[in-house]
Amino acid sequence: MSASIVYAILVTSLATFLSRFLGAITSEGIKETSKLFKWFNCLAYATLAALIARAIIFPAGVLIEASYASRLIVVLLSLFVFFISKKNFVYPTIFSAICMAIINNYI
Amino acid sequence: MINKNFFFKGYRSIFTHDSPAIALTCCFIAIGALFKNLGFNIQESIFSTVLTYALPGSLVMAESMLIGASLLNIFLAVWIVNARLYPMAVSLFPLMMHKSQPKWKYYFSCHFIAISAWLIMKSNYKNIPKKHRIDYWIGIGSATVSVSVIGTFIGFSCSEYLNKDMILGLAILNPVYFLCMMIGASKTIPVTLSVLFGTILGPIIYLLSPEWSILLAGIIGGTIAYLAGEYNVS
Repeated sequence: MSASIVYAILVTSLATFLSRFLGAITSEGIKETSKLFKWFNCLAYATLAALIARAIIFPAGVLIEASYASRLIVVLLSLFVFFISKKNFVYPTIFSAICMAIINNYI
Repeated sequence: MINKNFFFKGYRSIFTHDSPAIALTCCFIAIGALFKNLGFNIQESIFSTVLTYALPGSLVMAESMLIGASLLNIFLAVWIVNARLYPMAVSLFPLMMHKSQPKWKYYFSCHFIAISAWLIMKSNYKNIPKKHRIDYWIGIGSATVSVSVIGTFIGFSCSEYLNKDMILGLAILNPVYFLCMMIGASKTIPVTLSVLFGTILGPIIYLLSPEWSILLAGIIGGTIAYLAGEYNVS
């Protein structure tokens, strides 16, 4: 294994584990019925929603190569599939991949 | 030690009809292909998936390596992007804390905190006795990590056969899956408002501060949603 890649992986995993571990330690003094727990629950959901919205509107990686319009169309169509499939998670997910490949290739 | 019944019950939760297994596998196929293009070998790719087990963090590492960033820069960039794991841990672990369970289980299993495992646990914890929730959680985490490793292996092995359109298809799949899961989880006023405010504020704040947008949107959106929920109750 290349030393620089191994160091990068170790640094990445350390930076990731730090937040998880601090969260686990902090949790020891928090009751699930407390207001603090409810607040953190809202923070967690809002943070995840922000992450997902950012990943669609301002993506990192290969998604940059797809246009805003194509990303938006795929997401809206996938949400439509999600609701007509009685909130099944798998159908819209598979649909989104196929739809994105088709739109990007032919439109 | 770990209760096998609840461990395997958690492990099997990934094989349900609405499981995240397909989405997770596809995302890590894309990551496996990306690692190969970056010059990783198969051991390094799998090592990275097992040790990091967080897609945004892996993407940031890959981008940082591409531009030749220092280790300190990589650490800070990944830490900022993965700081969301802190509120996720604090909003999950109190549900699993039990005095009869040893602390090492909690410290070890915090590594499994990621969107997919977190959402599965949040949906199912009420059906599991509190004493055994940590074993169930370790089962979920082991299953999602296993699926991620398989995805990375497939992506690394098949990277030459994946064209740009296929990689794009795999890349959109992850946000769509989690968006659907978040909408599915929006069953109370505070959670629904949190998802709504986070979705709106995330991209807006990104225009002002790309690095801190996720955290700021989470704190501002989550706090407003919490206060609105409390106001509604009172």
